[in-house]
Amino acid sequence: MANQIPDFLSGYRNAKLVKTVLAEMHQTVTQPWTLMEICGGQTHAIMQYGLDQLLPDEIELVHGPGCPVCVTSLELIDQALMIAKQPDVIFTSFGDMLRVPGSSEDLFSIRAAGGQVRVVYAPIDAVKIAAQNPDKQVVFFAIGFETTAPANAMAVIQAEKLGLTNFSILPANVLVPPAIEAILSSPQNRIQGFLAAGHVSAIMGYWEYPPLAEKYQTPMAVTGFEPLDLVNGILATVRMLEEGRVAVENAYSRVVTYEGNKIAQQMLAKVFKPVDRNWRGIGTIPLSGYGLQEAYQRFDATQRFDTSGIQTEESEICIAGQVLRGIMKPSQCPAFGTLCTPQTPLGAPMVSSEGACAAYYRYGRKSS
Amino acid sequence: MSKKSFKPVNMQGPVCPVPHRHTDTVVIGHGSGGAMTRDLIRNIFQSHLGNAYLEQGNDAARIALQSASGELAVSTDSHVVFPIFYPGGDIGRLAVCGTVNDVAMLGAEPAFLTAGFILEEGLPMENLTRVIESMAAACEESGVQIVAGDTKVVEKGKADGVFINTAGFGLIPPGRDLGGQLAQPGDAVLISGTLGDHGIAVLQARGDLGFESGIQSDVAPLNKMIAALLEAVPDVHVLRDPTRGGLATTLKEIACQSQISIHLEEEAIPVKPAVRTACDMLGFDPLYLANEGKLIVVLPENKAEIALEVLHKSPYGAMATRIGLVAEADPEQVLLKTPYGTTRILDMLSGEILPRIC
Repeated sequence: MANQIPDFLSGYRNAKLVKTVLAEMHQTVTQPWTLMEICGGQTHAIMQYGLDQLLPDEIELVHGPGCPVCVTSLELIDQALMIAKQPDVIFTSFGDMLRVPGSSEDLFSIRAAGGQVRVVYAPIDAVKIAAQNPDKQVVFFAIGFETTAPANAMAVIQAEKLGLTNFSILPANVLVPPAIEAILSSPQNRIQGFLAAGHVSAIMGYWEYPPLAEKYQTPMAVTGFEPLDLVNGILATVRMLEEGRVAVENAYSRVVTYEGNKIAQQMLAKVFKPVDRNWRGIGTIPLSGYGLQEAYQRFDATQRFDTSGIQTEESEICIAGQVLRGIMKPSQCPAFGTLCTPQTPLGAPMVSSEGACAAYYRYGRKSS
Repeated sequence: MSKKSFKPVNMQGPVCPVPHRHTDTVVIGHGSGGAMTRDLIRNIFQSHLGNAYLEQGNDAARIALQSASGELAVSTDSHVVFPIFYPGGDIGRLAVCGTVNDVAMLGAEPAFLTAGFILEEGLPMENLTRVIESMAAACEESGVQIVAGDTKVVEKGKADGVFINTAGFGLIPPGRDLGGQLAQPGDAVLISGTLGDHGIAVLQARGDLGFESGIQSDVAPLNKMIAALLEAVPDVHVLRDPTRGGLATTLKEIACQSQISIHLEEEAIPVKPAVRTACDMLGFDPLYLANEGKLIVVLPENKAEIALEVLHKSPYGAMATRIGLVAEADPEQVLLKTPYGTTRILDMLSGEILPRIC
């Protein structure tokens, strides 16, 4: 098995195969099409490998809101900051979240001021910290799409199993299908085809998408993250558009099945329930996030800490909302690369490893 | 109490409690400057690092200059790596190699180091001894001597085990001129081996990976390899070690200093498969990960082959290869050509990838 694993990735980075698919795409396309890659991981891969430079001129890729750090609302971030400041709290989070600006500060500045803020790579590590520090309240910032949600759910189940009374999560998970519907139903929408997020679909399957594709007459292809996966997903979507066909195709079949991971889905249903959620830069989308089920309410940090009285204040310059909805590109922002850089971010898309602005900045282009 | 059990007090033995001798951990007294400091220096530092300069025992080392010609290269570096032991190295080896390499990058021959230690109360003496033994081995390997040192101890929690500052001194032979500002259009760019090993090894040692990579840090003294290189190819323009910020950040610095552009071939840049996989999983770019035993060489194109031959003879340059070239257009840019024929700009590392890697 061990020597097969690299092929799983490197085989899909094969330049010759990528060029073959691109050549086919150039032959297939006859008119302009606007596609959205929903997932920020895809945006980064496209920019990292420079795939946008190789696409036919007719194809425009618009970057979607699929960056969990970016769409986490200012209210939630301010709540996180408020909790992290409390004495006797160890606040745990994925590293990306530490630099995301809240209304007036970020988690880094709380840590510098003496707050206990720790980076974890997996939610279960936060549970371990709770078990090791019974005299502290340990809170995990449970962000992410459906991809990370099972790990977040698992942390809650594990904490229950261990009988921990000092562990809680700040529920902030968001869901992809409601976001796709919000984009497609918007009067400003110009997206004609979707690259659906591969890793979300690995968990959830893609049975949720055909009704959406049908309702909004928009073809979709479940797409992975390596160069060959990406050009395959784009080609599949362009083919459907050129043929006037609306369907949901799976261009990431080595990872994704129609049903998805049933066990993970069952665990999600046990711990979480869909709730309305406010997306930063987009607004409230009905039933687009995960809150805790009644049986697990005691693990909800907002019930354990008083976070009332938060007054949020967004940067006036940042156009993150338009970037996240695919209306503007990061490079069209007047602050891009000048006032707003990864060191001095005005908005979350410049911070996150999945943020579109960070991708533009990190994988910059020769301007000439 | 019965008369039978009465035992007269022996007044001849010591009646005051005997202080514990604290030979197994560092305590505040070891930094007092008094007898405990003297014992620490004698038993651990002197016994492993001792030489005629340290034995002078004065406030400063007195060093006779061998020649009055040439110039002096001086560098200093503080080492706070966490954890202090990691696969392939430790803070002691790093503290010697890091400074030896910095001095060697100017084409100087590193000869002397100073070492300042900040120890945290409670540090096991066994760990300190391991660190010092490792420093001694690295000094031996690189042919440098530690000629002056200092030890301070801070309260538990005010430092993390041991921090080490080293300063290094070496003579630059007359006529030798190397520096980041000297890259010329048409030059070739070489790298002495695989990138990102140190960064991933330290991350692994912290237990942050959650999986085993088997990657060892590349920490190594490069001065002997550099001496051989400069003997064979005296007209090297730039030598740099891509430590924090990685290859991309270091090349960007050279591009800015020399007002040139650097064009890299992504496929030519050596990265171990395990490092690449770890980077894929964690979202890191190996071009931005720290190295502690790698050398960037910028030199006239027609000297690249002979330079590679020399580098290949060193254990630290066995994987040396050519990764790009220097051009005049687009000054200050580092451009990476991908296997797909696309190009992207490499900028400096922004923000923190991994804290305390060196």
